[in-house]
Amino acid sequence: MSTDITLRLTLNGQPVECVVDPTRRVLDLLREDLGLTGSKEGCGEGECGACAVLLDGAMVNSCLLLAGQLQDAALRTIEGLPTDDPLFEAFARAGATQCGICTPGMVVAARALLDREPAPSRERIREALAGNLCRCTGYVRILDAVEAAARVPSGRAS
Amino acid sequence: MSAGAQRWYRPRELAEALAIKASRGADVQPIAGGTDLMVAWRLSTAPMPALLDLGAIGELRGICEDPDRVVIGATTPCSTLAADARIQRGWPMLAQSAALTGSVAIQNRATLGGNVMNASPAADNPPVLLAYGARLHLASASGRRVVDYSGFHTGYRQTIARPDELVVAIELPRPAEATTVWYRKVGTRRAQAISKVALAACLQWQGSRVIRARFGFASLGPVPALAGALAHRVEGCDPGRLDAGALAQAIDEDFRPIDDVRSTGAYRRQVAINLVRGALGLA
Repeated sequence: MSTDITLRLTLNGQPVECVVDPTRRVLDLLREDLGLTGSKEGCGEGECGACAVLLDGAMVNSCLLLAGQLQDAALRTIEGLPTDDPLFEAFARAGATQCGICTPGMVVAARALLDREPAPSRERIREALAGNLCRCTGYVRILDAVEAAARVPSGRAS
Repeated sequence: MSAGAQRWYRPRELAEALAIKASRGADVQPIAGGTDLMVAWRLSTAPMPALLDLGAIGELRGICEDPDRVVIGATTPCSTLAADARIQRGWPMLAQSAALTGSVAIQNRATLGGNVMNASPAADNPPVLLAYGARLHLASASGRRVVDYSGFHTGYRQTIARPDELVVAIELPRPAEATTVWYRKVGTRRAQAISKVALAACLQWQGSRVIRARFGFASLGPVPALAGALAHRVEGCDPGRLDAGALAQAIDEDFRPIDDVRSTGAYRRQVAINLVRGALGLA
């Protein structure tokens, strides 16, 4: 067992302080300690992207991240995206969700892309989502959804 | 390791990290992006070792270019390398390999120093570092040394780094005039596959002749390695006049690729030959 540390971070825009084992996986910290169950565990090995979160704005897999590595960082989870993020409606309209396990990671990956490139090409979307696996064979609709969300005029994403 | 010893370190200064390595050596595992280590621990039943997180040390991160070289801080992530205009312009194979290291989420965490120190024979960036003639900057509490990367890996997952040392930077000399480069990774699928074979080639030309050649390979042996016999065979020659059998023979002198979960030795050998032909403009 590690000695616990006092972890301070900004989580979904709010300052958070918690006492935690620094070697605890961030995915477990989120889901089990903080009750944020939107991030899913698929493979637990950084292959599937279901646990994707935004660390200082960059998409990372929370299953490969240690709690101690969050010290002073800004973390955003699927719960931290605004409810009117155009990605949500676009995913619903396009039928981009089937079982739903991959969806939070897909949306986080798409948000990370659109924050950097508001009008990405289909190829760029494919690259940005290449680390997110869907096992219900929904890739075409997922790509359609991200393209549709990118077309929504907004000055406010993120 | 003594009972009750500290299990987690996250220093802000390199000197502090080196002091920790000086006192605890191999008992403390350095960690940066964690994209290899976290997977290994998940698959292992052994307890997680004491960790030295390098993520808060600013001086280990960043890219510094001068007319002769670029020096890359060890914890610079792959995504930074892939997007950096200096790397894209001066060392384009590194921008390519960094962009093929796992997925975007992996590239945002995985570091160049970690890719070297993890010492996987299938790692994506080492062939490129070998082809460019990289040198590693190793630091310990007792000083620094700069070593040629081509001699760094001594056996499967073995390196010349001492238990008290950290890799702090990777230096790439600027390629000579009239140099062409060629990189290709062959995996099962395009995105985030582990390579079956990868080749990075750096060729210096004089007219139609190659006067200097470096071929860095991944996944053909127990370590990422230069193909010395192949380079010797190619140097001084016009590749268009090279006998295909001679290339294959040179590759056979350099490597005996094995069968494993990802591919077969015979397939790897054939792909290596094809890649070399591609690098020489013969494919």
